[in-house]
Amino acid sequence: MDHLQTYLVIASLLFVIGLVGVITRRNAIAVLMGVELILNAANLNFVAFARFGGINLSGHVFSVFVMIMAAAEAAVALAIIINIYHLFHTVNVDEADELKQ
Amino acid sequence: MIAAALIILFLPLLGFIIQLFLGRRLPRQGDFVGIGMVLVTLVTAIGMLVIILIQGDPDFRREVAFTWLNLGSFKIELGLLIDNITVIMLVVVALISSASHIYSTRYMEGDPGYSRYFAYLSIFTFSMNGIVLANNLVSLYIFWELVGLSSYLLIGFWYSKDSAAAAGKKAFLTNRVGDLGFFIGIMLLFTAVGSFNFNEIFHSVGQGTPSGWLLTLAGLGLFCGAVGKSAQVPLHIWLPDAMEGPTPVSALIHAATMVAAGVYLLVRLFPILTPDALTAIAYVGGFTALFAATIAITQNDIKRVLAYSTLSQLGYMVMAVGTGAYVAGFFHLVTHAMFKATLFYGAGSVIHAMHHALDEIGNHSIDPQDMRNMGGLRQPMPVTYRAMLISTLAISGVPLFSGFISKDAILAGSLAFAQHSPGHFLIPFFGFTAALITPIYMFRLIFLTFHHRPQKPQLHSGIQESPMEMKLPMVVLSVMTFFLFYTLPSFNPLSDAGWFTSLVVARDAVLPPGVALTAHEVAEGIHHAHLPTIITSLSLAGIGMLLGWLIFLKQKISADNLAERSGLLYRLSFNKFYVDEIYQRYLYRPFLRLAERVGFIDWDIYDQRFIDGIGRQGSRLAHFIGAVDWEGLDKKLVNGIGRGLQRAGQGLRQVQTGQLQNYLLFAFLALVIIIIIQVI
Amino acid sequence: MTTIIFWLLAGFTLAAAVMVVVSRRLMYSAVSLLFTLVGIAGLYIFLWADFIAVVQIVIYVGGITVLILFGIMLTNRIESVNISHDRVQMRYGLIGGSGLLILLLIMIFRTPWQVLPAVEPASTIDVIGRMLLIDYLLPFEVASLLLLAALIGAATLARRKR
Repeated sequence: MDHLQTYLVIASLLFVIGLVGVITRRNAIAVLMGVELILNAANLNFVAFARFGGINLSGHVFSVFVMIMAAAEAAVALAIIINIYHLFHTVNVDEADELKQ
Repeated sequence: MIAAALIILFLPLLGFIIQLFLGRRLPRQGDFVGIGMVLVTLVTAIGMLVIILIQGDPDFRREVAFTWLNLGSFKIELGLLIDNITVIMLVVVALISSASHIYSTRYMEGDPGYSRYFAYLSIFTFSMNGIVLANNLVSLYIFWELVGLSSYLLIGFWYSKDSAAAAGKKAFLTNRVGDLGFFIGIMLLFTAVGSFNFNEIFHSVGQGTPSGWLLTLAGLGLFCGAVGKSAQVPLHIWLPDAMEGPTPVSALIHAATMVAAGVYLLVRLFPILTPDALTAIAYVGGFTALFAATIAITQNDIKRVLAYSTLSQLGYMVMAVGTGAYVAGFFHLVTHAMFKATLFYGAGSVIHAMHHALDEIGNHSIDPQDMRNMGGLRQPMPVTYRAMLISTLAISGVPLFSGFISKDAILAGSLAFAQHSPGHFLIPFFGFTAALITPIYMFRLIFLTFHHRPQKPQLHSGIQESPMEMKLPMVVLSVMTFFLFYTLPSFNPLSDAGWFTSLVVARDAVLPPGVALTAHEVAEGIHHAHLPTIITSLSLAGIGMLLGWLIFLKQKISADNLAERSGLLYRLSFNKFYVDEIYQRYLYRPFLRLAERVGFIDWDIYDQRFIDGIGRQGSRLAHFIGAVDWEGLDKKLVNGIGRGLQRAGQGLRQVQTGQLQNYLLFAFLALVIIIIIQVI
Repeated sequence: MTTIIFWLLAGFTLAAAVMVVVSRRLMYSAVSLLFTLVGIAGLYIFLWADFIAVVQIVIYVGGITVLILFGIMLTNRIESVNISHDRVQMRYGLIGGSGLLILLLIMIFRTPWQVLPAVEPASTIDVIGRMLLIDYLLPFEVASLLLLAALIGAATLARRKR
């Protein structure tokens, strides 16, 4: 628990789990949850580097910014998802493939 | 000084924000916010002018800058530069802007977009001040584009009118052409110098980087920007159309300030312009001066006459820069701002009265801007008449008025230039001929509008003098055309010596010695050319006024006869030399056709055939090969290839699923592969 | 003792994260996400980041998760839950994911990380506050603007069209 690598491994596991979630889930909200996991992985890295870089709290400040961004992103994304739901009557990402046309 | 400059720069921006968000809820739709802000900037600017007058130091300069972007060796600064030119220009901008604000309170009264209009005026004032105060090319470029934007917004202010919306677009796009060259010029200088700051650029050019043709090219690039903004030939086409905007806007933006920004830019950058670039500039300016003047004679729309007159005067200023007499050009910029703004206010006042009269008789089929529908407005509109007459005398170059001294300095400069290099005799020819034509078209405007018998008598009873708010700016600015405002403490009405020329002193080009004429040589030449110039220009102005009087007032010489006799010339001038039509036929239409063809290639051939067809072509090819070779050498091998291709084609087609997650997956797989390749 | 707690916490966090992705019921995913976020907050405490841990709980657990739960409830009718087709391209996703994981792990264990010695600060809030308002003032203000824009944007987007 006093090794940087431990945290980095946990963070990369979280990142990959989140990535798999983003790629494989059909439901848009589940995709969003995957994105949150990815952001948390990044945050964990920031804080871990801050701890093992001689308490350089810039990492903390950045993780605060990431959280702010995550909050904004979640709000906008959910608004979009609700809109998609009204439009397609589904929130499954693979069914909303207007891009194909 | 810096604090004052910051006030001048940011107060209009504050006004813009307030008007944009709160304008409609404030009493009087918030016009007092903009007027208040701009009056404060006017007072501040005059204060600055008084300070530099007391100091009387031609080398006065203050600069402040902060780093905006710092990317290692590459640094972009934003900053302010204040010197005498800046202060004088700030006063001009603030003065005309205040006048336009006050004028607009009545001119735009009752317009549904009243508060939006004032917000636009404020953002324009902000951006114009930004150009004036910029200390480096990047800030200047930013504000340059902002000015273009506000001009676009104001030209297209009545956007529900198709012609206004089109004129706005035309102005924006035409400016874009010039700005492309401007940008290239900036980048050329930056790659050679490594800085955008004026001073550092001057210093570096003085050291010899860049030099030669590269510097000429950079100078011409910068000049392209000025050609666009100051509407020089061949990018002049947007300015007459810009008259679709409200008249106070024409006075502020398209006569006094924004179009002068190009000249201001050239004045600022004069020290790095090479003789070759200057010669090109002089020719473009001189040609514009003459070209636009010839068009102005035959136009019937009162604002269009003024627009072409503005083009012609801007040509003068640009020509002055080109001949090295850039102080004279800047001087003319200032004096011209006053009398041309007055002329536009007068025209606006006339149009306002015509509208009023038309409303009264309920007839809207008559064009209120056509001078052929006016006449006899002198009695009902005495103040407008006098203000316009004074400004007309000023623009025609009559002594005792400011236009005479500034125009004379320019003409003397062109004459001196031709004496130095007799091959360029065309430059003074352009200048003096335009000086002959100017009084003709200006007095035509005055006579047709104010003196002739009323052409539409039913209107005449409805014509009224404009209200106080519109008269005041006209009166103040027409008083400002008196020569003493520019020559004090000297009382000589024939010479431009005075506070202006002692504050704005010509600088040598920073080019290596021997390459360009020094300021002293130019001044010497101008001094020698002074007397012949005065004699010639005075007689030309006299002849022009006489001709105007004979043709358009006394009608001793019939205008219609003249028009008929000069046939082709008349038609050329009346149709603005068909420039728009030529562009339409040889520029826009081929371009659109080219775009269509490119679109065809992109969609029909590239997209449909190539991309979509990769799979299909592959399978077709496979089929073809299979069919040919079916009975041939090796059925299985060939068939296998065919099937393989077919499968590949189908596989490729499936890649295009339209599903975001698919794309994401492939992106990540690709990333993994790239990392692996990198590591190995 | 603390070591055991740490590993339990890490395992719990990762297990919950896996549940987020694997669970077929969206509601379970959301709840698992909640647990993951709380677990990460716990890890922050091990990293001496008390303030960040609290912010994590407040923003993520209190804000974003609730938002997501609302989103689920607004867009899913109980009868329409289609369990069988909940995932797509699982195979490729797993291949890509594990490939990336292997690369990351190689990178983590090969890099000679420079670790600076440090003592646990009494509190980080003080320093973070100073940094936010001095060194990072501009990003801080921009972030507030971003939140405002997101607020307006979300409200505009979610509003039913008339």
